[in-house]
Amino acid sequence: MYDKQVRRRRAILALLVGLSLILLTAFFGESVGGPLKTIQRGMLEVLSPIQDGASRALKPFKDLTNWVGDTFDAKDRASRLEKQRDVLRKQVIGANQAVQENAQLKRMVNLNAKKDLSLSTYKPVTGRVIARSPSLWFTTITVDVGSSDGVHDNQPVLDGSGLVGKVTDVTSDAAVVTLITDHTSGVSSTVQRLNDSGILQTAAGNPNDLLLSFLPPKSAVKVGETVVTSGTKSSRLDSLFPPGIPIGTVTKADPEELNLYQRVHVKPFADLRRLDFVQVLTQPHAQVVASAGAATK
Amino acid sequence: MNASPTINVSLIVRLVLLGIVAVLVQITAISQISLLGVSADLTPLIVASVGLLAGSIPGAIMGFGMGLFVDTALVQTLGVDSLLLTGIGYGAGRLHEVRDPSHTLVPIAVGAAATAISQIGFSLIQFLLGVDAPVSWLLLREILFTIAVNTVIALPVYALVRRLVAGALPEDPRRRRARRAASVTGGLSPLSQSASPRRRRRGLRAT
Repeated sequence: MYDKQVRRRRAILALLVGLSLILLTAFFGESVGGPLKTIQRGMLEVLSPIQDGASRALKPFKDLTNWVGDTFDAKDRASRLEKQRDVLRKQVIGANQAVQENAQLKRMVNLNAKKDLSLSTYKPVTGRVIARSPSLWFTTITVDVGSSDGVHDNQPVLDGSGLVGKVTDVTSDAAVVTLITDHTSGVSSTVQRLNDSGILQTAAGNPNDLLLSFLPPKSAVKVGETVVTSGTKSSRLDSLFPPGIPIGTVTKADPEELNLYQRVHVKPFADLRRLDFVQVLTQPHAQVVASAGAATK
Repeated sequence: MNASPTINVSLIVRLVLLGIVAVLVQITAISQISLLGVSADLTPLIVASVGLLAGSIPGAIMGFGMGLFVDTALVQTLGVDSLLLTGIGYGAGRLHEVRDPSHTLVPIAVGAAATAISQIGFSLIQFLLGVDAPVSWLLLREILFTIAVNTVIALPVYALVRRLVAGALPEDPRRRRARRAASVTGGLSPLSQSASPRRRRRGLRAT
């Protein structure tokens, strides 16, 4: 009797472990349209309204808990933000001046200011975050907008602060967004002041540390510089992201690391741990299309 | 060593509902609440609690089911969470069957161990699957902080799971045997039986 129970228990364990390993192996080697991924997408379609409802229902609880946590570091944050405000105030004054100069220069070279494109050109669609990966790797979030809202694979996703990631899976009412901290993510980026370009990749396990690699060897990048998306540079290989979207600031630019590996560390502007709403740019190549149209005229 | 209790329909229904609600709460709310810079992870705690209460087979099946649901709901690599949570549920269940620990702090220790296995195991599998990442101090810190946060909430989670599934748990054979033996002997020594208040009252009335 006892032997039978032991055998049954071990058989069930072996079966479950075997099933897990089979799923893992099959899923890992499967193509994008494979049956397991199709089942997952189907499940996402079913679950997304439930997740949406649960997310809304639990929002007060979530906000309350976050509010308690926030209260503890509010003082530190206030003084830090005051310092930032002072710096930004100076930058705004400088930027306003630059905008005026820019407008004057554009008029001088006969550029049509009316064709100047802003974010609204990319037809942003706002979505609520309804689920996120609980792991330390902060790789995906699920939003409540999908193909019925014009969302498709590989479209850029932003929040109020900057680039968040790109859409990697879509159903009619939901989309999975792979964050820029995912190990598969690589964003062609530019240090704004120097116009030095590189590829922004993750240092996995830390959502506040990205690596801007493949910079020019003698790049003079400094801490505090702003990193933005490079955007489309080649007609053959379009970047997924429009140019000029803010990504983050350089937090560490070690000359030795820069010489050896041509890379600096970047902290994203977006707080990837606390995303409530994001925007999906449903026409990320609108500017390219517009400029191509202007060029042919 | 006692046998694992049999699984009844009521227990299955409760465990399925518990699993679905727990995963939904985890991915829609708990994952977005930051404590000490990390988020709590309910899944290993719930699976370990089920294992501790219901035994190794329900624990392993619950772990597999919850893991599969998490992987499916988050559209991530299928099988990773199932594998880890199956092990956690089975391990906690075996602890219940072999040792039957009754100390109040056992769920805390088991919760901490389950979280450690889940977090470290998940990171190891990610590395094995080819994630090119350094084992940074920050990653270790995050793992330790998650274990700390989960350790704090392990006891309330266990109490909640026990409250939800207690009514459907089949009776433990060892405890049933002990109670039967107690009913035969009266559960108390002959001396204390004779001195019990009810008997004393009866005795007084008779006189």
